[in-house]
Amino acid sequence: MQFALKLDGLSRLFALLITGIGTLVYAYSAYYLAGHPAQNRFYGFITLFMGAMLGLVLSDDLMLLFICWELTSISSFFLIAINHHEDTARQSAISALTITGLGGLALLGAVVLLYQLTGSLAISGLADVLPYQLESQYLHVAFVLLLLAAFTKSAQFPFHFWLPGAMAAPTPISTYLHSATMVKAGVYLLLRLSPALGSLPWWQPVLMGFGGFTMTYGAFHALFRTDMKAVLAYTTVAALGLLVFLTGLGTHQALQAALVFVLVHALYKAALFLLTGGVDHAVHTRNLLRLGGLYKSLPFLAIAGGLAALLNGGFPPTLGFLGKDLMYEAVLHTEALHPIWLILLVSVKVMLLYAGLQVGVRPFIGPARDDRDVTPVSAWIWGPPLLLGLLGLLFGLVPSLIQPLLGQAMLSVGLSQAATLKLWHGFNVVLAWSLATLVLGLLTYTLWKLHASRGEWLMKWEVMAPKRLFMQFGNMIDVSAKNFTSFFQHGYLRYYVMTVVSVFAAGLLFRMWQEVELNFDFEPVLALTFYETGALMLLLAGLAFAVFSQSRLAAVVALGVMGLAICLVFVFYGAPDLAITQFTIDTLTVILFVLVLYKLPRYIRVSSPLVVARDGVLALFFGSMVALLALFVLKVPPQKDIAAFYAAQSYVAAKGKNIVNVILVDFRGMDTMVEITVLSIAAIGVYGLLKLRLKANERRNRA
Amino acid sequence: MKSVILKAAADFLLPLLLLFSVFLLLRGHYLPGGGFVGGLVASIAFILHAFAGGLKRRKKYFPFHPGFLMPAGLLLSLLSGLLPMFLGDAFMTGMWYPELVPAIGMLGTALFFDLGVYLVVIGVSLTIIFTIVEAA
Repeated sequence: MQFALKLDGLSRLFALLITGIGTLVYAYSAYYLAGHPAQNRFYGFITLFMGAMLGLVLSDDLMLLFICWELTSISSFFLIAINHHEDTARQSAISALTITGLGGLALLGAVVLLYQLTGSLAISGLADVLPYQLESQYLHVAFVLLLLAAFTKSAQFPFHFWLPGAMAAPTPISTYLHSATMVKAGVYLLLRLSPALGSLPWWQPVLMGFGGFTMTYGAFHALFRTDMKAVLAYTTVAALGLLVFLTGLGTHQALQAALVFVLVHALYKAALFLLTGGVDHAVHTRNLLRLGGLYKSLPFLAIAGGLAALLNGGFPPTLGFLGKDLMYEAVLHTEALHPIWLILLVSVKVMLLYAGLQVGVRPFIGPARDDRDVTPVSAWIWGPPLLLGLLGLLFGLVPSLIQPLLGQAMLSVGLSQAATLKLWHGFNVVLAWSLATLVLGLLTYTLWKLHASRGEWLMKWEVMAPKRLFMQFGNMIDVSAKNFTSFFQHGYLRYYVMTVVSVFAAGLLFRMWQEVELNFDFEPVLALTFYETGALMLLLAGLAFAVFSQSRLAAVVALGVMGLAICLVFVFYGAPDLAITQFTIDTLTVILFVLVLYKLPRYIRVSSPLVVARDGVLALFFGSMVALLALFVLKVPPQKDIAAFYAAQSYVAAKGKNIVNVILVDFRGMDTMVEITVLSIAAIGVYGLLKLRLKANERRNRA
Repeated sequence: MKSVILKAAADFLLPLLLLFSVFLLLRGHYLPGGGFVGGLVASIAFILHAFAGGLKRRKKYFPFHPGFLMPAGLLLSLLSGLLPMFLGDAFMTGMWYPELVPAIGMLGTALFFDLGVYLVVIGVSLTIIFTIVEAA
């Protein structure tokens, strides 16, 4: 992976949007969020977000793109949850993070697959290689994963619901993240990869299908909302659907229309969001049913709203008009396209126009609905939306201003120079459809009356909505995780030990069953000397005593005797190092046991005979497995050369004559290093567990 | 356990056993012994002493918590491994002082490594045992 950045036309368009709207949002928030307890945090996270977003659109490395992609998800999580004391904010943040995080994982998978395919992570090289690998199945999997990433980020159906939810954040955050920049990342990814993947046979149908459905769904939902931000959220979903649709269509005109619409949408959507924040600030409500006649008290916001609504609706002479004409042209000039797409597009534009008028115009005209005091807003509030509206007007009047920007962007999505933007194309079919859209939109605005009850009607369908299904799925995961945990983590030490021991023994049994022939040569094992027989007798006597003893202390001492008998065996077989270590360890073990026993209640038989039998069987099973393993080890011919190497090198290389110790401190010193670290961790664990309980006791005593 | 004999004996046994543990540590490179066993013997010495005289006396000869021996030992072992790296060799390359040192014999990084093991083992066993005793 490389930190490769590349600024081409497409990157420049997006980078300008990110920095330009970002600047306005920074200025706006200085006033809007003044006194907000998290204002500093907000600036920190939004700067992180802006950096990540810039990295995303500038990177020329797939892995870097993925990292920035994840960073935008993470920083937006914190931004949505900036009012973390509110339940809805937290829920929205989690659902946004879940959905976009899912997409991030998909993107990582796609990046890995593309790397496997092309052997390089450079984005700029993909278009040269991928169109020749269309038969590869990897490519199709990568394509699906990329779509998942883009659709989750850009809120395509059925992943759209996180976006309206994210409106729980303060308005500047919604403006920046959920209208102008972050949600465009998916569209950016699709545009960026369209030269490389656009020749896939199902690129066009899938993108057009999902985009077309999403734009209709979002625009239709916007008709029913009474909260200004909710209207804007659903129109954003619709606009993103429209962008995906145009990217999928993929013709020269369609891509140009998409690029112009990216700009138009950023301008008017940011303006509308910012003015929504201004209205909210001034009269403390965003409910359209309670707003009206604000033009007197908020004149500049009213102008900004009017401009934004015109830009959104595509009225001449704004840039929106140009954008709308380009879209219609693209759809009309694609010959194989069914006319239904045109109808769909026009109806979406009509609904969007209506929604724009709702937010940009309705609060300011008509009789004042509410006689509450209007807090005057400062130039920091009305300046940014007004500026954006004016820019939309200016770009419409003088399209040559953005012509070079668009031309460069067209080149970087693999097409020739952009067609010259013109306000007037003469009388033709496109103009007719365009005018029809305007008339229909204005008619809808006058005829369709907003009611709270309409929203309630829509709510009935929520049962089937993806949001609900996702939530149920999430709850299911929670519940099954809880069941899983409580099944395995029951908190009984004896069952943990039983599980570990029986699984280990069963594994050994399985392995030996498979490949071990059980014909051991017992001759060398049973050729015992007098001393060895004595040690063995001692061992067996200790064992019998430990099993049948009625006193715990006696059992522990018997175990100690067994340990010492094993020491003797070590001595007989020429392992003095092992013997003294075993001896000291055994001493310490007995001490530990005595200490623990001291705290236990007096010896009583608490276990029923059945439990004793079960434990006995398990112990016998485990013991016989380990014994078989030990016998099996004897059958494996020893690696003489390793022993010979250590014996030869011990003094030459490590200047030691005790091979065991030289292995410990030199040849395998790394192992010892790790072992003593593990020992320390264990000691800290014991200390922590017991001290914690002491403290809990102390607290209880004090209470 | 209140036995005057044991208490008196433990006072004498402690230095003897500690000396023995150092002896085991030092001879480990040539004969049975080593840091691990040495550490265990030293821990047993301290535990015997603590049992004979009560935990309170521990504070007298242990002004700090024995747990601090663990990081000290780990650090010593790690440093003994890192030292060759400063001189351009691989991690844990054995380095030896060319002359014999009186009472110790060959002096090398392996000895310091073993000393680290020795300290860690003392720290671990004393921490575990003393914690359990205090919890009783």
